[in-house]
Amino acid sequence: MSQIHIKQGHLIDPANHINRIADVYIAGGKVVSVTHEPAGFKATTVIDATHKVICPGFIDLSTRLREPGQSRKATFKSEAIAAASAGVTTMCLQPDTNPVIDTPAVAELIKELAEKAHYPQIYPIAALTRKLEGTELSSMLSLKQAGCIAVSNAQQAVKNLLILRRAMEYAASHDLLVMFRPNDYWLGNNGCAHEGAVATRYGLPSIPEEAETIALAQCLELVELTGCRMHFGQLSCKRSVIKIYQAKKYGLNISADVAIHQLHLTENDMIPFDSSYHVLPPFRTEEDREYLRQGLATGTLNSICSDHQPHDIDAKLGAFPETEPGVSSLETLLPLMLKLVEQGEISLQQGIAALSENPARVLHLNSGALTVGYAADVCVFDPELTWQVNAENWKSQGINTPFWGQQFKGRVTHTIQAGKIIYSLE
Amino acid sequence: MLDINDLLNTLEAELKRVIVERGLVDPLMIGIRTGGVWVAEQLHQRLGIRDELALLDISFYRDDFSQIGVNPNVKPSQLPQDIKGRDIILIDDVFYTGRTIRAALNEIFDYGRPSQVVLAVLIERDGKEIPLCPDCVGTSIKLNAGQRIKLTGPSPLSIHLQTLDAVA
Amino acid sequence: MTENIQLNSEGKLKHFLSIEGLNKTLLTEILDIADSFIGMNDQQIKKVPLLRGKTIVNLFFENSTRTRTTFELAAKRLSADVLSMSIATSSTSKGESLLDTIRNLEAMFVDMFVVRHAISGAAHFIAQHTSPHISVINAGDGQHAHPTQAMLDMFTIRQVKPDFSNLRVAIIGDILHSRVARSQIQALNILGAAEVRVIAPKTLLPSHVESLEVNVSHDLTSGLKDIDVIIMLRLQKERMTSALLPSESEYFKCFGLTEAKLKIAKPDAIVMHPGPINRGVEIDSKVADGPQSVILKQVSNGIAIRMAIMAMAMQKQGAVG
Repeated sequence: MSQIHIKQGHLIDPANHINRIADVYIAGGKVVSVTHEPAGFKATTVIDATHKVICPGFIDLSTRLREPGQSRKATFKSEAIAAASAGVTTMCLQPDTNPVIDTPAVAELIKELAEKAHYPQIYPIAALTRKLEGTELSSMLSLKQAGCIAVSNAQQAVKNLLILRRAMEYAASHDLLVMFRPNDYWLGNNGCAHEGAVATRYGLPSIPEEAETIALAQCLELVELTGCRMHFGQLSCKRSVIKIYQAKKYGLNISADVAIHQLHLTENDMIPFDSSYHVLPPFRTEEDREYLRQGLATGTLNSICSDHQPHDIDAKLGAFPETEPGVSSLETLLPLMLKLVEQGEISLQQGIAALSENPARVLHLNSGALTVGYAADVCVFDPELTWQVNAENWKSQGINTPFWGQQFKGRVTHTIQAGKIIYSLE
Repeated sequence: MLDINDLLNTLEAELKRVIVERGLVDPLMIGIRTGGVWVAEQLHQRLGIRDELALLDISFYRDDFSQIGVNPNVKPSQLPQDIKGRDIILIDDVFYTGRTIRAALNEIFDYGRPSQVVLAVLIERDGKEIPLCPDCVGTSIKLNAGQRIKLTGPSPLSIHLQTLDAVA
Repeated sequence: MTENIQLNSEGKLKHFLSIEGLNKTLLTEILDIADSFIGMNDQQIKKVPLLRGKTIVNLFFENSTRTRTTFELAAKRLSADVLSMSIATSSTSKGESLLDTIRNLEAMFVDMFVVRHAISGAAHFIAQHTSPHISVINAGDGQHAHPTQAMLDMFTIRQVKPDFSNLRVAIIGDILHSRVARSQIQALNILGAAEVRVIAPKTLLPSHVESLEVNVSHDLTSGLKDIDVIIMLRLQKERMTSALLPSESEYFKCFGLTEAKLKIAKPDAIVMHPGPINRGVEIDSKVADGPQSVILKQVSNGIAIRMAIMAMAMQKQGAVG
């Protein structure tokens, strides 16, 4: 088994409060030291991390790899390469695959696909309801035993609050985390853009922020009622952040994340009718972005996810409302996080914590940290290296990103998963 | 030196001769906007034409639409409803490349089939590009490079020879 | 907008997709050119050879006999060859993709698409993906824009009231779903109207409607004061079934234009309607057929305006060679 020595990098490990130049020693697939060379250590690989940052590998709370069922858009193989090149060492897979992750067989299939793609750390998220139809409970216990790390409704509606309550109670009884994207189907009214000045001007069917905040408020009440552990995914507006803050203060056992692109883009950035900007939840106002950033900075929103949704070209070719929503975002995760740091919104430690320590805590994983004895999931990146988002550099099968063609600063040079180097730049 | 009255006198005489020669009966006079109309107004009076002077705007029949686009200042042509079988005297101020007359003929023929068309112009100059030619002229001249004819009017009607600034 | 795809490299009109992005000079030029085509209505030969040999395809993904026929007539009066296609799109079956439909037609060497579609942004999409020599005219896309209608409305207004800077215009009805209203508001603002007022119940107004630079009123009686131009919008039956309005009769009571209500506006106010009219729902027959109504003028102006826009969009840039 390989023994890796990462030399003289700027080690940032928020979970262990480390922020200094250090060496990292990896053996037997685990972190063996971050202070001194262990006795008998013989490095088979040396990584020179001078002027680079060493941090825990990123844990992505929400990704879609499109298999099984939609391999036209992407495959485990292509997206695993993309994830590795993005410094992501653990991915949580949303259940809206085809077939839906509502049987242990599908969970097993996912494990197999992950092994075949040489990227074992893909955790399926089980569907909250059968076929994600929102009416009957899925076999959550069997799914948990088959390796599902949480349950979720993906982007689907739960038929009514009674069913949601029962699903939450059932999940709670098996100590399962419920990951929930709050959205009221009726208020959402099949919209494709934020209900605001931009949608009004372009006559786009729109989604008021209340579709999210009302669903969130209802869910928070149910959290109190059921004692369920809940994580709210991909929040998009100011009033959601405020509700999370108040709920946490009140003592509810909840957490929340925001998609990386929501921290940067608003309705005003949308190029008219450009489907690269078609996402759900939609890009909202500058005030919403302000609050999302503040929420991250103050810890109200503790995690950042990629909300990776690669698409085939046809899915984005059409009149805006007819295109499929979603951004291919794994590879812009790091540079966009660094941009927030550069803009002074958060510190580098906070950014790294939001991508590693905090998601690990949400998922109850012994990960997201370079603790001695933990599996060695490590990311080494060069914060000064500039690169362009183009066909030469992009690894994901989906090129649907509003950042196509842009120059970014910050690039992963090495990614190590469970002690194995799964990516190195050049 | 070009004298407007001399030109009009000559053109009037020529037209009178051709009217007899070609056997025109109760001709319809059509002036091409804008200069041709001014000239036609004079001739219409001098020749005592019975029908009101008809006006032709050829903007929509020009052959250079794809280069210069649509002219926003077009006034519609005013022709009588039926010109089938009529004898027509078509008047323009200057005959140069011939494209204006080609356009005018196309437009006239869209209105109906005239019996015959007599073309009378105040000045015929060199530079023809289309195989057409006036039946009556006030005068024929050859211009130097950079020279052009300018008609001003309608009252007083006068004609000048202009030299455009030399362009490299 | 980062780059205005409606204009070619010389700032001349290439596509006509929305009023937004065009300036007052260009809009005025359209009105002036339409003026010259109006005279043709009285001629025996209602045709000019401007677009002779050009092929124009009317691509109507949404049904509309009225708009389609005026575009057909306009194209024919410019001597173009016209192909009209009504493509029904069912919500359940996708059939040929939008892009494939366009590509197939392009392969037949067409010069212009006139597009009407139920989805906002469809005309933009087509303009961006079509061959560079083809021009696209938006005949109405979803709730976004209906710029040719707005221009014929401006033209009609100008015929009666030539100075926009003095005009107070009221647009009444279902603004929320109206692409016509959005285009009219933009045109009026660019042409410098003194005031644009929208009058509608709250359910029929888009959120953030003030960002369109209009004044808002929910009451017809007070809203019509000092108005010079009244534009009535059509109320569609679906509004009752989607819980936006209780009934047509209640709508007519509050927002229907009757002779009595008309008197509140200026005495020489004109009444307009993009059609088709729902008599007794948004407008009383007596008003629609009355002396202040210019509704029929709008219809006949429609051809001249569309001729102007099509002719302008087909101009190529500069001299060839």
